[in-house]
Amino acid sequence: MESTYLAIVLSPLAAALIAGLFGRRIGRAGAHSVTILGVAVSCALSAAVLWRQVVDGAPADNVSVYTWLVTDGVRMEIGFLVDRLSALMMVVVTFVSLMVHVYSIGYMHDDAGYQRFFSYISLFTFSMLMLVMSNNLLQLFFGWEAVGVVSYLLIGFWYTRPSAIFANLKAFLVNRIGDFGFLLGIAALLYLTGSLDYREVFAAAPGLQDATIDVGSWQWPALSMACILLFIGAMGKSAQVPLHVWLPDSMEGPTPISALIHAATMVTAGVFMVARMSPVFEYAEAALSFVLVIGAITALFTGLIALVQFDIKRVVAYSTLSQLGYMMVAQGASAYAAGMFHLTTHAFFKALLFLAAGSVIIALHHEQDMRRMGGLRKYMPVTYWTSLVGCLALIGFPGFAGFFSKDALIEAEDLSRIAGAGFAEFCIVAGVFITALYTFRMFFLVFHGPERMDAEARSHLHESPWVVTLPLVLLAIPSVIVGWFATGPLVFGDFFGDSLYVRPEHDVLARLGEEWHGPMSFLVHGFQSPVLYLALGGAAVAWFLYLRQPHLPDQLRDRFGAVYRLLENKYYADWLAERVIPAAGRAMGGAFWRVGDVTLIDGGLVNGSARVVGWGAALIRRLQTGYLYHYAFAMVIGLALLAGWLLIRPGGS
Amino acid sequence: MITLGHYLTLSALLFVIAIAGIFLNRKNVILLLMCVELLLLAVNFNFIAFSRYLDDPTGQVFVFFILTVAAAEAAIGLAILVVLFRARRSINVQELDVLKG
Repeated sequence: MESTYLAIVLSPLAAALIAGLFGRRIGRAGAHSVTILGVAVSCALSAAVLWRQVVDGAPADNVSVYTWLVTDGVRMEIGFLVDRLSALMMVVVTFVSLMVHVYSIGYMHDDAGYQRFFSYISLFTFSMLMLVMSNNLLQLFFGWEAVGVVSYLLIGFWYTRPSAIFANLKAFLVNRIGDFGFLLGIAALLYLTGSLDYREVFAAAPGLQDATIDVGSWQWPALSMACILLFIGAMGKSAQVPLHVWLPDSMEGPTPISALIHAATMVTAGVFMVARMSPVFEYAEAALSFVLVIGAITALFTGLIALVQFDIKRVVAYSTLSQLGYMMVAQGASAYAAGMFHLTTHAFFKALLFLAAGSVIIALHHEQDMRRMGGLRKYMPVTYWTSLVGCLALIGFPGFAGFFSKDALIEAEDLSRIAGAGFAEFCIVAGVFITALYTFRMFFLVFHGPERMDAEARSHLHESPWVVTLPLVLLAIPSVIVGWFATGPLVFGDFFGDSLYVRPEHDVLARLGEEWHGPMSFLVHGFQSPVLYLALGGAAVAWFLYLRQPHLPDQLRDRFGAVYRLLENKYYADWLAERVIPAAGRAMGGAFWRVGDVTLIDGGLVNGSARVVGWGAALIRRLQTGYLYHYAFAMVIGLALLAGWLLIRPGGS
Repeated sequence: MITLGHYLTLSALLFVIAIAGIFLNRKNVILLLMCVELLLLAVNFNFIAFSRYLDDPTGQVFVFFILTVAAAEAAIGLAILVVLFRARRSINVQELDVLKG
């Protein structure tokens, strides 16, 4: 199987290199053909691997391809751990990537950087596969950084726009903060277990439950600290509060990228990492609570911001943040399978929503402001219906994929008893209402209501070409059906087998699973819970506010000006990140510069020593009178002293 | 009876006078040169006195060497003096402070 795994990883890399290095020679068609071929090969093989794992029941495969170096007993290797968890991620990544490749033929049609674009997204696929298939922490870190680099390149794809350059730098810098924690987390695990290999780390985790690390004069629980550090990395990559500020700005990149990297795959790397490291996190109760609370805060509060955004991509971006918060809540509640399931469904319907938004944006000639849209339903039927599917899936309408994943997640969280669970439950249940409200606000503003675009744009309105609509349809299908057949085995069955580990006292899904009697009864059960009515209520309120009484939102805005401004300014997080923290850093740097550098080093050490020499010389130069008889006198005195000493010294003659 | 002590005392007196001349003279470089000659003569006295006292002629040989060197030194010194005077129009010791720090 080793050659299969290598082929999965390397075919997108090879395609990326060909498209990137020989882009001019092979032309536009050549570039997209070779990259689509590479990703298609990868996707087909991934599907075969998943089939082999799930249907044929093959055991988890841990192969080591290459040993990079061995130092002090620590092996640094390149290897693949392919079990059901990574196989699922591989299929999600390659499938969404394939869809985005096809879609990009249409979206990037007029772009001068066509070959470069395809090279980058293929490179991204390679990096992401390295991340999910890794069997050790070092390779995980490699993939982690590589996807970060490609994300940087793609956010700044239109590098002549100052806003894009600003956004990609911001993404890179914010991720550095997270990666700093991540690297420390890996180092902590290496220190504790003496190995980078997943299996050895996992095997050592139970024995470390009560281990402590001395930090200064405190003793901290070692595993919790390591896990929180790892999670700080996940907070950067998966854009959790307070490191979420980069994700909305990343929408400066081309829309297919927003769909692939900043919605479906890369930003879920943090969720995947927590699931992958579940055997370690399970023994770190404090870290689980931390994950839970951060996820809950992200889920509710970024959703609220989406309510006041008018840029269509930013609404979807904030929605992504909120959904990532949901996944993190599931991880914190030890419902890893539910979190992974929500990740999977979300990858489909959020990629769908992004690509639909992209389709709208192309139709309106790169207009992203929803105040200049409206009534697109009759011009773009395919986009309309697929968007509706995506929206219903997102709000958790019964029967759609999001319903199963989100309901399972909320129910599981309800059973969790770790610290912070009550707060998290409030956040995610309130978040359901908010999700429905902003989703249908966007939907109604774009597709219904009066046509607010100018006449020139309206005359060009038409449905997008088939390369754009085909991926929409192909993504809409799993957004509808995946919940029906996947919920049972994925969430409540033993689909993940040994790849996820949950301690019995944390196992909320097992308790929830006792009530599982197939998707139909789950659906019926959904009608008895307030969550569904909150979602429907949110959609209804959106309908009332934006279609029935379109003047009401403005009145509400005037009435609640303070709240509106708070949301419009995103809780001043950007202001904090761009003004306060750098200003504080600069003030601190300035203080160090003035006190440490200018005063101590330059003033004290460099100029100070020179000045001491100068003072000394100024004193001694007075001896040099220039008069001959003074020198002669000094000579004679010296001679007399020397002779005197020779005479009176002890033992002298 | 004139003993070795008397010679040595004379020699020491000459030496001290020469030193005093060097220190006290503030006016004339020629006086400095003369004081240096006097220093050498004081030393010569010592050599001769000890040569006679120890009955060893080596000291007297040294005196001739020293006299030769002193003659050469005086010639060079006077030559320098002439050049100095041409350059500075003065041989006043107190004005010769170019080496002042």
